Amino acid sequence: MANVIKITKGLNINLKGKAAAQVSDAQMSKVYGLVPDAFWGMKPKVVVKEGDEVKAGDALFVDKLHPELKFVSPVAGKVSLVERGDRRKVLSVQVEAASAQQYVDFGKKDVKSLNGEQVKAALLESGLFAFFISRPYAVVANPDDAPKAIFVSAITDMPLAADIDVVLKGNEADFQTGIEALAKIAKVNLGIKPGSSLSNIKGADITVFDGKCPTGNVGVQINHTSPINKGEIVWTIGAEEVIFIGRLFNTGKVDLTRTIAVAGSEIKTPAYKKVLVGAKVADIVAGNVATDKKVRLIDGNPLTGIKTSEDAFLMAHSTEITAIPEGDNADELFGWIAPRFNEFSTSRSYLSWLMPKSKEYVLDARVKGGHRHMIFSGEYDSVFPMDIYPEQLVKAIIAGDIDRMEALGIYEVAPEDFAMAEFVDSSKVELQRIVREGLDMLRKENE
Amino acid sequence: MAFIKNILDNMKPTFSEGGKLSAFGSLFDAMETFFYVPNETAKVRGAQIHDAIDSKRSIFFVIIAMIPAILFGMWNIGYQHYAIIGESSTLICNFIYGLGVILPKIVVSYLVGLGIEIAIAQWKKEEVHEGFFVTGMLIPMIVPVNCPLWIIAIATAFAVVFAKEVFGGTGMNIFNPALVTRAFLFFAYPSMMSGDKVWVNGDYMDSINGTIDGVSAATPLGQLAAGEPVTYSAMDTIIGTIPGSIGETSFIAIMIGAVILVWAGIASWKIILGTFIGGAAMAYLLPYAGAENFEWWEQLTVGGFAFGAVFMATDPVTSPRTEGGKWIFGLLIGALAIIIRVLNPGYPEGMMLAILLMNVFAPLFDYFFVQANINKRVKRAAK
Repeated sequence: MANVIKITKGLNINLKGKAAAQVSDAQMSKVYGLVPDAFWGMKPKVVVKEGDEVKAGDALFVDKLHPELKFVSPVAGKVSLVERGDRRKVLSVQVEAASAQQYVDFGKKDVKSLNGEQVKAALLESGLFAFFISRPYAVVANPDDAPKAIFVSAITDMPLAADIDVVLKGNEADFQTGIEALAKIAKVNLGIKPGSSLSNIKGADITVFDGKCPTGNVGVQINHTSPINKGEIVWTIGAEEVIFIGRLFNTGKVDLTRTIAVAGSEIKTPAYKKVLVGAKVADIVAGNVATDKKVRLIDGNPLTGIKTSEDAFLMAHSTEITAIPEGDNADELFGWIAPRFNEFSTSRSYLSWLMPKSKEYVLDARVKGGHRHMIFSGEYDSVFPMDIYPEQLVKAIIAGDIDRMEALGIYEVAPEDFAMAEFVDSSKVELQRIVREGLDMLRKENE
Repeated sequence: MAFIKNILDNMKPTFSEGGKLSAFGSLFDAMETFFYVPNETAKVRGAQIHDAIDSKRSIFFVIIAMIPAILFGMWNIGYQHYAIIGESSTLICNFIYGLGVILPKIVVSYLVGLGIEIAIAQWKKEEVHEGFFVTGMLIPMIVPVNCPLWIIAIATAFAVVFAKEVFGGTGMNIFNPALVTRAFLFFAYPSMMSGDKVWVNGDYMDSINGTIDGVSAATPLGQLAAGEPVTYSAMDTIIGTIPGSIGETSFIAIMIGAVILVWAGIASWKIILGTFIGGAAMAYLLPYAGAENFEWWEQLTVGGFAFGAVFMATDPVTSPRTEGGKWIFGLLIGALAIIIRVLNPGYPEGMMLAILLMNVFAPLFDYFFVQANINKRVKRAAK
């Protein structure tokens, strides 16, 4: 029987536009783009030239410091553009898709007969290693590290996030193979929700987490099962990306097809789409976005996602595209006193606590207040289910005090762990940005 | 209501950088956000949606919670006045008289405080922070009826500059600014803040310029300190028909405020409860806390104890940030306030000094809890 951990802190935000459990294929994009920014902490070195023919699984860029770390093309075709921004920063490497898909053949392998080094080599070779995220620092994992464990969260509880059950449907065998492959590298911890069908997955230590968002954050699960001490390294990988790994060993191909949720109040028919990593956002949401108002498209969920546009490409780790109203012309009168029935708040100065739990809210992208110093205490703490003082940690980061950041447990956190705190914060501090800066500062100092 | 938007939009360029009236940009900004929720949207990275709560709303709810105490204070000013001059009066009369006394005090406190805040915000090119809306309302509540306006102006200016802005403004101050105002008055103008002459208004002008040769009426705490028998019943102190600082007399009105604050999640119930537990324990244990016609528990219903516990100790900026720290903070404030009252012959009231002293220690209480967390992490790593 799996270990059950109950988590009391947290908050569920019930947003309108949850994806219905229907999966359809998105239309094929003409051009696919791999965005280096999705792989935080890595310096891309482009290894293809415009005009090169590539297959799905051929490297487009590698990490300058670890050239064995490859980032591979999701499609076969011709490299059409290496898009660069200021100071020649690589923004995306774009591939014009060929009409017939060809995959690099990495060879089917029986995971059971491989050892850890062989699995690692296969993942590096195929570029799937790039999906590992390392803690501390929440950056792309370093292939030279030996992690004490690999954590996978199969709980998706962020607002409007893709439901893992829908995503896994039809991919169960690949998921199982993927977990077995990971188990060759290090001990695998799998977090599942109560009653999940994944409780019979073999090869992983399974823990059931029962609680509100952000219980699904892998950081919260690490903190409750095996907190990271200074000097220790753990890797995390998304449950959807475990499927890629299983697929590699079962078919010999790198097939970055994933099922993502297309959700949000401004999506006409919220549902799931099968898409390739790097697809054009326009092709994913084609004809499905409300046109009566200004809409903000988000790559990811509304708490941790990135503002995107129809011209952008689906980022490598994204499990959903969401659309919410932009709201920059809302002009709401007397917000400090008006009842504002349609607003959601953790504060009882609004009436959302009186509403039935089933009420769905349409929240726009407004910050809804002026930026202040931290005034009210305990706000972050109420939605931060880790044995860490979030406010004190953020203050240490703002002060640039590296010793104190370490002492307060910065090694255990990623920006996403502060997403819910950023949502509830009445002082509107940009917590995820601050934590990202803190992690980068610490990494620079330590490396 | 689109016309307000139009007016504001038309005025905006004048007040913006480079406009004719850009020196009043902060004032304009404060007006604009008073009318409209800012339309600023989330950045590219970071949370794309936000809770509707902001500091403005939280802070205005504190003022809402103070309304019962303000209203009762107004009535009580009139009630005490007509009682002492021996005239009969009606409910409305009492209110109107009280309004006449309290309104100039509120206006002075806001004009001086907000004036300084707006000027400093303009200088620092920041938004005007709304923290002073609470401070500015608290100041008239915690002074005697006959506190002259010019003194309130000086004390408010002192507190805003030296207790708040020098530390970096709302959110950065160590001491509760309203209490610093009161402490300044208490030590700089003791004759205006204590004694028997300041609590009840004999002549209306006394409440404006503070002539203190008027009528005399002692507060329960004053009677206790002087060793005289207390002439007010327990019921008087709970309902609040006693002389005292304007907002502090009615235990019931303050408790209504406490319920609003705790229910809205703005004040920490741990601090409020802690203060009452600490005060009750100390009053019960000290042999001199009670007196003839005065039970030990009445210490909690007289003077500024309840008002301080609910509206002053709970200031989120000057109280501890950790939940455990809040308990200790509250317990010690309560205990200390009673110790000062009962054991110190010089000061009849101890709440103000207890809270100010604990404001200093708030970071220390946090330190214990945060350090315990750090030590746990160190221990875990050593294993």
